[in-house]
Amino acid sequence: MGSFFTFVQENWAVISANGWQHLWLVIQVLVIATVIGVLVAVLVYRSNTASGTVNALSAVGLTIPSFAMLGVLTGFIPNGVLLSVLALVFYGMLPIMRNAVVGLQGVDQTLIESAKGMGMSRFTTLRRLEIPLAWPVIMTGVRVSGQMLMGIAAIAAYVQGPGLGNFIFSGISRTGGANATESVVLGTVAIILLAIVLDLALTLVKRVTTSKGIRV
Amino acid sequence: MTREDSTERENSTEGSESVHGEQIVLDGVTKRYPGTSSAAVDNVEMTIPAGEIVMLVGPSGCGKTTTMKMINRLIEPTEGRILIGDEDVTDKDPDELRRHVGYVIQGAGLFPHYTVGDNIALVPRLLKWDKKRVDDRVNEMLDLVSLDPDTYKNRYPRELSGGQQQRVGVARALAADPPVLLMDEPFGAVDPITRQRLQDELLRLQVELRKTIVFVTHDFDEAVKLGDRIAILDVGSEIVQYDTPEQILTNPASDFVRGFVGAGSALKQLNLTRVRDVKLDEAAYAHIGDDPSAALAKAEELGRSHIMILDDKHRPQRWVSIEDVNSGGIEKVSRDHELEVLSMTSTLNDALDTMLTSRHRVVVVTGAKNRYEGVVRTETIMDAMQAIQQGEVGASETTVEDIEEDAR
Repeated sequence: MGSFFTFVQENWAVISANGWQHLWLVIQVLVIATVIGVLVAVLVYRSNTASGTVNALSAVGLTIPSFAMLGVLTGFIPNGVLLSVLALVFYGMLPIMRNAVVGLQGVDQTLIESAKGMGMSRFTTLRRLEIPLAWPVIMTGVRVSGQMLMGIAAIAAYVQGPGLGNFIFSGISRTGGANATESVVLGTVAIILLAIVLDLALTLVKRVTTSKGIRV
Repeated sequence: MTREDSTERENSTEGSESVHGEQIVLDGVTKRYPGTSSAAVDNVEMTIPAGEIVMLVGPSGCGKTTTMKMINRLIEPTEGRILIGDEDVTDKDPDELRRHVGYVIQGAGLFPHYTVGDNIALVPRLLKWDKKRVDDRVNEMLDLVSLDPDTYKNRYPRELSGGQQQRVGVARALAADPPVLLMDEPFGAVDPITRQRLQDELLRLQVELRKTIVFVTHDFDEAVKLGDRIAILDVGSEIVQYDTPEQILTNPASDFVRGFVGAGSALKQLNLTRVRDVKLDEAAYAHIGDDPSAALAKAEELGRSHIMILDDKHRPQRWVSIEDVNSGGIEKVSRDHELEVLSMTSTLNDALDTMLTSRHRVVVVTGAKNRYEGVVRTETIMDAMQAIQQGEVGASETTVEDIEEDAR
C-alpha cells in the first residue's frame, strides 16, 4: 500500500491533469448528448411507431461493446479526441433519449389541452409545459448516462483519447513492471471517485433546475 | 377552502347594467369524425345571448363537450359557422382566438410547476402585457376569487385544496378579460360542499362580470342553479329543449327532458328560488360594544334564545345566548369562524342544506360587503314552499301540480 501512495504523490500532476480531462470530457459529452437526446425524443414521442423504433434502437445500441466500436471506428476517424467524443455522445444520448421519451409521454394530456385552450402554440407548450414537467425524468437519464460515460471514457485512452484510462492501459501494457498494478488501481479508483462526485453534482443540478412545484 | 372565504362573498354590484360578454351564434355546426357514419354533433343552431350563462346538459356521449370545444376550436367543426360577437371565428388564427376565450376544465388544469401567480399570468403574458400590468392583474384576479394575493400568489398548485385550485382555474381563465368563458364540468371533481360554494361564487362573479358563459355539466341540479338558460341535448348534440330553468321544470318538452328533470321537481324548485326572492326572517341583533338591552327586549319579543352580534361594519360575528349576554355583556365578542352564512344568491336548497347541519337551525344571510341582511329559519323555507305551491313565487299553481303529477 505504501508504494501506492508514493506513486500517487510522485505522479500527482499527471493524475490531476488526466482526472480533470476525464471529467471535462464526460461533462461536455453529457451536454451534447442531452441536447441531441431531448431533440430526438421531441421528434418521436408523439408517434408510437417512431418512439418504439427509437427505444428498440437504443436498447440495441447499448449492447454494442464500446471497446469494439472504438476499435472499428479508429480506422475511419484517426483523431483520438474526436473519435472519443463521437463514441461517447452516441452511448450517452441513449439513456437520455429513452427517459426523455418516457417523460414527455407522461405529461398529463389534460394539461396539454388546457395549454392549447389558452392559446399556447405547439412550441410554447413544449418549452413551457412539457419539457419542464418531463425534466426530472430527463435528468435521471442524464445521471444514468453520466455514470455509464465515466466508465466508457476510460476506454477512450485506447484510441489515444484523453483521461484516466491512460493509467489503466499503460498499467496493463506493463503488467509485472514497476508500478503497473498501482497504475491500474489508481485509474480505476479515480474513475469511481469522479463518478461519485459527478453523480452528486448532477443530483444537485436536477434539484436546482426542477420547479419547486413538482419536486418530490 | 376556509370558512372565511365563504363569508367573504358579496353581491355588491347586484343589478350592474354593463354586459361585458359577447353573443355566440352556432350556425349549422356539425362535427363528423372520419370513418363514422353518424355525426358527433349534427347541425346545431343555437344563439347564446351576451352576458348569460348557458348550460349544456345531456347524457354522456351526447356531444355537449364537443359542441363547446368547437367554440374555441379545440375541435374543428366539419361544417357550419361560429360567430363570437360579429366575428366568424372559424377562420381566425386558433391560438389568437383561444387567448380571448376563457377556458376552465375539470380539476382546473393548473400547471403544477408554475406558482399560482404564474398560472394566472399565463394568458396576459402570451398577449405580451407589460410586467406591471400583469402583476396588478394577478392580484386583482386573486382578490376576485377571494384568495389573498400575498398568501397564495407564490404557492404551487399542489399546496392548494381542490376548491382553491378550481378558483385559481377560474381566475386564470378570466385574467385576460375574455368576453366569453367556456367551462367544461369545472366543479365535477370537488366535494359537494365545496361545489356549492364555488357555484355561489361563480354567480357572484357573474353579477359583476356579465360574461357570456357556456357551461357543460351532466348534473341537472347544477344546471338549474347556475343557468340563465339550459340546453338539454340528446345524442348528436340534438337540442331537445333550450329554455329557462323555470320553463324546463314546468313545461318539459318531451319524455326525454322529463326523464332528465327526474323525480322531485317540486323540490328542485327550491333550487330555482333564491334567498333574495323570499321574505327574510328577523333576528335580535346588536353591535359589539353597544348596549344590548334593546336587543334583549327584541329577542324576548321574538321568543329567541340567542342574539346575533355584528361588528362595526354590520358584519355577523357570532350567536350569543341571552344568558351569556346577561352575564358577560357584548364588549368583547370574537368572530365565530364556523358561523354558517348564506348569500342573497344562494338557493333555498342551499339554505335548507346549511340549516340542517347548523347548530342553531337559523342561518344568517349577508348581502353586499358581507353586511347582515336577516336570517333564514325553517319557517322561512316552509312559507316559501307554500308560496311556490300557491304560485306566488316561481311557477304557477297548475304547472306545479303537473310536475307533481309527473313526479309520481
